[in-house]
Amino acid sequence: MGAGHASRLFRPGDTLVHRLPPQCKLVAVAGFALVVVATPREWFWAFGLYAVLLAVVAALARVPAGFVLRRMVVEVPFVAFALAVPFIGSGERTTFMGLSLSVAGLWAAWNILAKATLGVAASVLLAATTEPRLMLLGAQRLRLPPLLVQIAMFMLRYLDVILDEMRRMRVARESRGFTARDVRHIPVIARSAGALFIRSYERGERVHLAMLSRGYTGTMPVIQDVSAASRQWLAAGMLPGAALAVLLGSWGFT
Amino acid sequence: MHVPDGFFNAAVSLSAGVVAAAGVTVCLRGARRELDDRTAPMAGLVAAFIFAVQMLNFPVAAGTSGHLLGGALAAILVGPYTAVLCVAVVLLVQAFFFADGGLTALGVNITLMGVVAVLVAWGVFRLITRSVRGRGAVVAASFVAALLSVPATALVFTLLFWIGGTAPIEIGTVAAAMGGVHLLIGVGEGLITAVTVSTVLAVRPDLVYGAREIVAPLVLRGTDGDVTVVPGAPGAPVPAATSRRRNWFLPAGVAATALLAGAVSFYASSSPDGLERVAEDKGFIGQAADHPLGEQPLADYGDVGGIPVGVAGLVGAGATLVAGGGLFLAVRRRGGDSGPADDRREEASV
Amino acid sequence: MSSPSSSPSSPPGTAPRRGSVPPSLEVSRLAYAYPDGTQALFGVDLRVERGERVALLGPNGAGKTTLVMHLNGILAAGHGTVSVAGLPVGKATLAEVRRRVGLVFQDPDDQLFMPTVRDDVAFGPVNAGVTGQELERRVRGALERVGMLETIDRPPHHLSFGQRRRVAVATVLAMEPEILVLDEPSSNLDPASRRELAEILRGLDVTVFMVTHDLPYALELCERSLILSGGVIAADGPTREILSDAGLLAAHRLELPYGFAPP
Repeated sequence: MGAGHASRLFRPGDTLVHRLPPQCKLVAVAGFALVVVATPREWFWAFGLYAVLLAVVAALARVPAGFVLRRMVVEVPFVAFALAVPFIGSGERTTFMGLSLSVAGLWAAWNILAKATLGVAASVLLAATTEPRLMLLGAQRLRLPPLLVQIAMFMLRYLDVILDEMRRMRVARESRGFTARDVRHIPVIARSAGALFIRSYERGERVHLAMLSRGYTGTMPVIQDVSAASRQWLAAGMLPGAALAVLLGSWGFT
Repeated sequence: MHVPDGFFNAAVSLSAGVVAAAGVTVCLRGARRELDDRTAPMAGLVAAFIFAVQMLNFPVAAGTSGHLLGGALAAILVGPYTAVLCVAVVLLVQAFFFADGGLTALGVNITLMGVVAVLVAWGVFRLITRSVRGRGAVVAASFVAALLSVPATALVFTLLFWIGGTAPIEIGTVAAAMGGVHLLIGVGEGLITAVTVSTVLAVRPDLVYGAREIVAPLVLRGTDGDVTVVPGAPGAPVPAATSRRRNWFLPAGVAATALLAGAVSFYASSSPDGLERVAEDKGFIGQAADHPLGEQPLADYGDVGGIPVGVAGLVGAGATLVAGGGLFLAVRRRGGDSGPADDRREEASV
Repeated sequence: MSSPSSSPSSPPGTAPRRGSVPPSLEVSRLAYAYPDGTQALFGVDLRVERGERVALLGPNGAGKTTLVMHLNGILAAGHGTVSVAGLPVGKATLAEVRRRVGLVFQDPDDQLFMPTVRDDVAFGPVNAGVTGQELERRVRGALERVGMLETIDRPPHHLSFGQRRRVAVATVLAMEPEILVLDEPSSNLDPASRRELAEILRGLDVTVFMVTHDLPYALELCERSLILSGGVIAADGPTREILSDAGLLAAHRLELPYGFAPP
């Protein structure tokens, strides 16, 4: 869910995948996700082939399987939900190992599990091979509103600082013997949140002052140029392209 | 509540994507009006703050904990436009940099946790604070706004799920489960939001966007005794007492509506209304076509889904209130605020 | 005790020139209050000539940082005037004032907000319209002067605190300012970093205005000091004289560190 993301996914490296311009990778992964989601759930083999495609990318990028699997743990809440669906689903039921399961529910669970898992794996590979700053530049190239990109840039820059401050406040609380156990403790946590907001906001103000002091007048200067050659687009396009081929092929086959 | 890929069908994902994109575009302009050239660093820092507080787990019952959504808190502290932007950026960063939340589900996630949560929270907050003034009112309004925003988000999620969810679960079951749990989480969110806002109000009242009308102006004394009142200081002078007379209308109206819809409806007559009666007498009632939404749980005031009429009444009245109020506020906002950006800028020259 | 700012002994090669050259900094009757109503400055007068190195001393909470933020127009004075090298600070002159006044904040994290060191150092000149070769020259030159050229492509949060301090100075040097204003430059630095920074500052050819409560550092680097206390300038004179006046220091909550005696 929203918790436990402080560890960044980026793994420095110098592979073919790392070297691709960020905007190509963004489009490639988004395209791949679209193809996956558009695939009818009955075509098991298609999902298997998608997984193989991702494994190939992971190998090219020298990202170990354990790394990907560990980071897919974020999926857990929805895995739990997906597993529960066959039990609480409606419609025609069947029995398996003594348990009464909904047929439609089983299909739905498979659908969610397969697509969510492939989606997360693709996102992990994207984040692992793309430096955060380059990812933002890529987003800017793809015409994402510049203000949005700048906000994201500041957010990423100061995320560690703020998480650090939060951790320090927690350590200070616990050093004085406090652990949150029930609803009565909520106000204590909330007061820390209030203090954290003030610190974050004031830092934001100081950053703005520092920007003003160096002549900022409202538009951020564009410092680096990331342009992509067509062959790089082609290289990146191979992932969604192959997935699309699988999809169309399966469609033609059935 | 981060939805992964594959949870919703293409139609819902796409439409939610359009809604999210539209919402973000509107808020980009609105935030620039509120913050001007401070938008990027301020919104960025607040977004980092929201990301951080979303990691705050608070206990809701023995052994279980919920975590903060943050939309209501953000709206009250930095204003609705900036709040939607911040939540949207948090969700985008989580999806692309941390692989949390499906890429194809971004539209749904931003719509739910950004647009819906902030809209409901800010709407409720403004409704209350327009009628009752003062710091206590701001804190109380924060509690109610945050409290309601959570189950509201859950309800819209349920609605989207009913329209295009990929799992075959009885909508009533989903609604009950989502609503119940999220009401509890809402209490926690409400408490945290209220206390956080109250903390900030105590230390730096000028930082609370929702309280900008109750902060007093600034007076400077020189060494030679001369007094200067700084123009455009944060906040406007406290409004005159005459506005009090109108104040009780809105909450009284809301209370009356709730009473009628929620309680009195149980005693409503079950006899057919005028049109139905005439149709029966004259024999043309059979020509009535089925309503396209006639199978839904809320249809026929809850009869179809077995939902008590009082709940159906409250849901309907609530939805109308929020939709109408939100629309009114969105339209009205244009002329009213010159924005605290102008006020603050007098203080810190650009 | 407020004496007219006479120039005491100054380091060779940087003798302040008067008359023909406007003072780098001139503040007159400056008054200001915070948003919550507390008044911080009650009429500050001071003057810094080109080439001088002046320290602004005072206890915590005296309003030193507040004063400093008026120097480049970040805070608009409620009352009073500020001028930089003859140019009065006002809405119309902000861009040029901000080029002339190089303000180094106390917390380098507030100042290094770009993804890499290069981006941060380039931010100032780019806003002033510098591009291409000249931009590259300025960025590398500034980093070289603070000895941080090898970190040019690294993200700021990967650097140590002392390194970040130096990069923060570089971000301002790249704008080729008239006066370098430093807010607590030696705070949180280990002794080696402190010394390195002092060497860098001594080698720079700009006017220096340093806010500090690190009295030995003031003595080491600045020939003249001012004391800000109670919202006004309470003392102005050669650093050595001020630090030798125990009564004066005690009156304004200033203390020499344990074991330190002005040589």
